[in-house]
Amino acid sequence: MQTIVTENEIWEILENVMDPEVPVLSVVDLGVVRAVTIIDNAVEVTITPTYSGCPAMNVIEINIKATLQAAGFNKVTVKTILSPAWTTDWLSEAGKEKLRAYGIAPPVGRSIDEHALFGAEKKVACPQCNSNNTKMLSQFGSTACKALYKCNDCLEPFDYFKCL
Amino acid sequence: MDIQKALFDYTLRLGDNALILGHRLSEWCGRGPILEQDIAMTNIALDLIGQARSLLQYAGEIEGKGRTEDDLAFLRDITAYRNVLLVEQPNEDFAFTIVRQFFYDNYSFHFYTALLQSTDETLAAIAEKSLKEVRYHLRYSSEWMIRLGDGTEESNQKMQKALNQMWMYNGELLTMNETDRVLLAAGIGVDLEALKPACEAKLAEILAAATLEMPTGTWMQKGGKEGKHSEHLGFILAEMQYLQRAHPGATW
Repeated sequence: MQTIVTENEIWEILENVMDPEVPVLSVVDLGVVRAVTIIDNAVEVTITPTYSGCPAMNVIEINIKATLQAAGFNKVTVKTILSPAWTTDWLSEAGKEKLRAYGIAPPVGRSIDEHALFGAEKKVACPQCNSNNTKMLSQFGSTACKALYKCNDCLEPFDYFKCL
Repeated sequence: MDIQKALFDYTLRLGDNALILGHRLSEWCGRGPILEQDIAMTNIALDLIGQARSLLQYAGEIEGKGRTEDDLAFLRDITAYRNVLLVEQPNEDFAFTIVRQFFYDNYSFHFYTALLQSTDETLAAIAEKSLKEVRYHLRYSSEWMIRLGDGTEESNQKMQKALNQMWMYNGELLTMNETDRVLLAAGIGVDLEALKPACEAKLAEILAAATLEMPTGTWMQKGGKEGKHSEHLGFILAEMQYLQRAHPGATW
């Protein structure tokens, strides 16, 4: 039986593929999926890494294939591109809310900002108590995409999804 | 030298620079002076090894002999490595590591910015991706240059000593060889000479803020780009390649 699938349906299925390191975000929320094309029932999904060394990319590729195959698509290829380079600007608003609820402060402002050295530090609100009285402990956190912060009011340390 | 051969050599060099420096930084894993810096250095190592993977993968494609990025990383001998001598220098102490990192980040920020204009689409794409990461690296190493240089008397002395001893490895980054000239003429490579004013200005700015003295030596060590390495690289490769040499094709 020949069924006609639209690219939108594939996008909807991909919303169930979660990022392995931030499991509240789908690869669609994260902006890692750049394109979906269907030619003669073969699906090609184009993805881009958040960081060059992101160790989650292989798992994401495997999960995309497995999820689509479970939905009945047998011919699936995943292509990786580097340009345009991934940016936190592609995080959906829904994705940012999910991050906050999960305890990770979402990126503040746009990525295309000062690369001036020692630009003023951004005010990052604590995802636990919402206080702006926070301090960056390290530009580099538990994964490449996060910085480590501490809240001076509730004293909780937290991850900040930094602008890229 | 034909363009294809030069492009392979060039891409290999960029990949080897990132791979070897990434490996060096990874040696700090579990040994950082404090937890945050341990994590920072391993994060930077991961970025560099990711960049190396893209670059060596592309080098394998250019060569066209079916070698993968893993083959290039784990099965080449020392004279086939094209990295500059700076990145293979030992970590010594935190001061040495920071000075080495700052030299490399200052170069790679300006280099990748220029490489965005390459007519080679893959190199331009890798530059675009890497540059975003390098900005964070440069900020990190610059901040530590200043914090330690303008810190205590002891930290200042350690930084000045590291700066003086690493200085002779800073020149090779921006020294053109035949590969650079062939690819510059082809619109693919970067004019390294043209990057000098911006790199020197940044260096002067950071050293001034760090209250460190600019070294005055003019003799610069070179040879890495042509495969002439210090013995340090042999030890790195012995450790890095051991598993694939002892158990060829091992996977897990």
